Amino acid sequence: MKSLNEIRLDFPAIPENEGLARMVVSAFLLPLNPTVEELADVKTAVSEAVTNAIVHGYAEREGVVRLRADYREDGLLTVDVCDRGCGIADVARARQPFFTTLEGEERSGMGFTVMESFMDGVEVKSAPNVGTTVRLTKRLLTREEPIARRA
Amino acid sequence: MLDYERKRQTLIVRLADELDHSAAARMRGELDELLRDGSIRSLVFDLRNLNFMDSSGIGFIIGRYKLMARRGGSVAVMNADRRMDRIFEMAGLYELVERMA
Repeated sequence: MKSLNEIRLDFPAIPENEGLARMVVSAFLLPLNPTVEELADVKTAVSEAVTNAIVHGYAEREGVVRLRADYREDGLLTVDVCDRGCGIADVARARQPFFTTLEGEERSGMGFTVMESFMDGVEVKSAPNVGTTVRLTKRLLTREEPIARRA
Repeated sequence: MLDYERKRQTLIVRLADELDHSAAARMRGELDELLRDGSIRSLVFDLRNLNFMDSSGIGFIIGRYKLMARRGGSVAVMNADRRMDRIFEMAGLYELVERMA
């Protein structure tokens, strides 16, 4: 199915941009007329993925986070959050609730659990020293007819 | 920058806007400085004006819980909405932190 809209955004991996990423994705979703709940779900999941890229991928060193998002006529939203940071050696382990590599820095280890709970799909592709891409998908169910046919 | 109020042995911190990794990093130093006052036995986070929180917020609250627990103190949250409840419950936070109405 053809995508109706798409954005790409590259930004420096600094904490100030976590809020920017949430805002950009929220604004991008508005034409889909999402519910407050759907918007909050997506914002939270994107925040987790972007924070992971900054805190873990780049370990708060310099780098670029790439955000790409699109949605289709049937309301399927895809958001990719990509970094070229340290990568994850064991993705299955990283996805376990409460798993964190930064024990002393009060990370809750709940990032992937939150993403999984708020989105329909969470795919992680990662390789050590190459980087990580997290693909978040969610079918927004608020519309009664395809967006393309709405006035 | 922190909005707080001291009532005897209780410190109430009113969190506003968004509690993410960036906000937690900004607030941590100032709050921990206040908490050096050992006569504070109870720390209460008022979430009424908080519009957004992710798992970094959970980490921040757990961090303060550990600090307070070490001195036999407690942490509570008040005015948590349904969304925050959902994230807190996911992390089992209410086993550590009291949920006040």
